[in-house]
Amino acid sequence: MKTSKKKFGIVIFPGSNCDHDCFHAVESVMGQQTVPLWHKDSDLQGADCIILPGGFSYGDYLRTGAIARFSPIMKSVEKFAKAGGPVIGICNGFQILLEAGLLPGAMLRNTCLQFRCQYVNIRVENTDTPFTNCCQPGQVLRIPIAHGEGNYFVEESQYQKINRANQVIFRYCDEFGIPTPESNPNGSLGNIAGISNKAGNVVGLMPHPERASETILSSADGKIIFESIVSYLTK
Amino acid sequence: MKAKIYITLKRTVLDPQGKAVTNALNSLGFNKVLDTRVGRYIEIELKEKNKQAAEKKVHQMCDQLLSNPVIEEYRFDLD
Repeated sequence: MKTSKKKFGIVIFPGSNCDHDCFHAVESVMGQQTVPLWHKDSDLQGADCIILPGGFSYGDYLRTGAIARFSPIMKSVEKFAKAGGPVIGICNGFQILLEAGLLPGAMLRNTCLQFRCQYVNIRVENTDTPFTNCCQPGQVLRIPIAHGEGNYFVEESQYQKINRANQVIFRYCDEFGIPTPESNPNGSLGNIAGISNKAGNVVGLMPHPERASETILSSADGKIIFESIVSYLTK
Repeated sequence: MKAKIYITLKRTVLDPQGKAVTNALNSLGFNKVLDTRVGRYIEIELKEKNKQAAEKKVHQMCDQLLSNPVIEEYRFDLD
């Protein structure tokens, strides 16, 4: 069995503010290697996995993620993703992946019009991805969200398609794992909290697993996402 | 030449902001307000004299950056 550390490239855009939470989760909690990737660079420095962290890249100007997607580093991330490399976008990172067209759909403002900063429950819908392979099918994770635009939208026909292709990875649910309207914090279509591309190597989710990776942070449920990535890369 | 671009959410897309504005207008006594759609207005100064060429460029700008075709549509005037 290989014991070498895996390298996580964490992209920093102007306005990223969860990058250091990711460094901490990957390095201190998971004991893996990290490398910061500046948005103006284009070298991924041999990273095994790319994380697009949360925050407010470019001040959320125009639309969330709309300007960040044109950063030089994103060209390399797109190439890496198309070659099958695992890419995970968290919160604003998810929004950037949508704008970049690496994931289908778009984000609308939360139906409640409020910025929601709270713990939510999400149900793991697909365990056959690099990001969820350590989860049990239907496992409920308690992870925080913090966003104003997490209301996932896609045309009905496209929604049927991603449903059928098992591209819905996480859904907001109650503590028993039932996706109810009450457990949906932002009005997201089908209670969607996270989706993948068709190949499954690109995933975006609104909740922040890096903020819930240690019991001292009141939940360590998010750690399983990072464990899954390491397990995938070690195989 | 100046392009005046109007970007709005598609009719099929729910506009939570517009809904809140409708409610606010109703509560102010504007009871005849049935629906509100909130969009974005952008003015762009172009160094371009040919109207057709300008039109083409603005379409490209809207498609590539200014609007998101998944949820939005746009129209524009040139003068």
